[in-house]
Amino acid sequence: MVIYGVYIVSKSGGLIFNLDLDHNVPNVVNECTFKSPEEVDFKLVNENKRVVVSFGQHDGVMVGHVLIEINGIVVTGTQLDDGRDAFEVIEDASNYPLTLKFTKPKVTTNEKIFLASMFYPLFALASQLSPEPKSSGIEVLEADTFKLECFQTLTGVKFMIISEPGQTGLDTILRKIYELYADYALKNPFYSLDMPIRCELFDSNLKALLDQAEKSHVTNI
Amino acid sequence: MTRRLDPKKVNSELFTLTYGALVSQLMRDYENIEDVNKQLDRMGYNIGIRLIEDFLAKTSTGRCFDFKDTAEKIQMAFRLYLGITPAITNWNASCDEFSLQFDSSPLTEFTELPDNCLGLKYCNILTGVIRGALEMVQMDVTSVFVQDHLVGDSCTELRLKFNKRLEDAIPSGED
Repeated sequence: MVIYGVYIVSKSGGLIFNLDLDHNVPNVVNECTFKSPEEVDFKLVNENKRVVVSFGQHDGVMVGHVLIEINGIVVTGTQLDDGRDAFEVIEDASNYPLTLKFTKPKVTTNEKIFLASMFYPLFALASQLSPEPKSSGIEVLEADTFKLECFQTLTGVKFMIISEPGQTGLDTILRKIYELYADYALKNPFYSLDMPIRCELFDSNLKALLDQAEKSHVTNI
Repeated sequence: MTRRLDPKKVNSELFTLTYGALVSQLMRDYENIEDVNKQLDRMGYNIGIRLIEDFLAKTSTGRCFDFKDTAEKIQMAFRLYLGITPAITNWNASCDEFSLQFDSSPLTEFTELPDNCLGLKYCNILTGVIRGALEMVQMDVTSVFVQDHLVGDSCTELRLKFNKRLEDAIPSGED
């Protein structure tokens, strides 16, 4: 069982919990060294204030990857840590040879909150588009690289798991997570409803559950 | 025996006495008995809106589509959380009101009300719990104790009245 992440969305559509299992998503960093500006065969563009590869794919660097380091200096946004602009550095022949480091872009917490609130109307839309009355919203969403399974409780809280495609038995885990939520988040007197869940006991029990699920390929948890 | 081994189960006497301590503390904090009743109901409400998730997660019950269904599920919840099975009685003609009758309740096991607090609804926390829990599953109900054996009635009776479905709050994908 390979699970990439767990998300909980409140009744009002806000992301109240997210957990990424980074060990299941290997973070690959690729380096390329160039001797002159003419050699740079990546087409780099400024996308959302980041330097992103838009065309040209080799040595493990893919379209969509972002630039994170130039000659060992960290790039934040489009700026190097020493204050220079990344594009200017790459264009300036006097800076060469250059070593560029690329990696997969990370989803920030803000983006996750944004995505979670995007899923909310999609879920509602799906139930309205349905040819049958009284249809639920999206329960499973599959793509070529992942599968999203969503479980909505009667009170309107949504639990979501993102996993490897073709993964089965996620519904049992979702129900287990609901139990943990009822036990450790809601019974904590200092947790107020609809607020982000910051309960250590919930975190640790959830991690234990997911570890167990990952180990046992059959879901007899 | 299996009951005793379950780590999640507690002795009901501990619960009875803790609740007793809570009520007597409230009696000390508030001068007015009406305020104590109100406070108990409010505390119950706050418990109910959380407890419902526990109930749904552990029993995986579905949504209720009539009030009779609801009555049975409330009865089930009493069995689960307090170990008692109240009787469902006194339905009205339009089936939107019923009573829960308790022969005994773990809340009142060692309790005698002194003369100076006859207006106290000792178990009033339950009305709040039921109201809060049902509100979370989009049902607006009124719940009130109409009889209480602590004040000399023959039994304890909790009256529940269905007001309306909270249509606005129904989660999408179910309306």
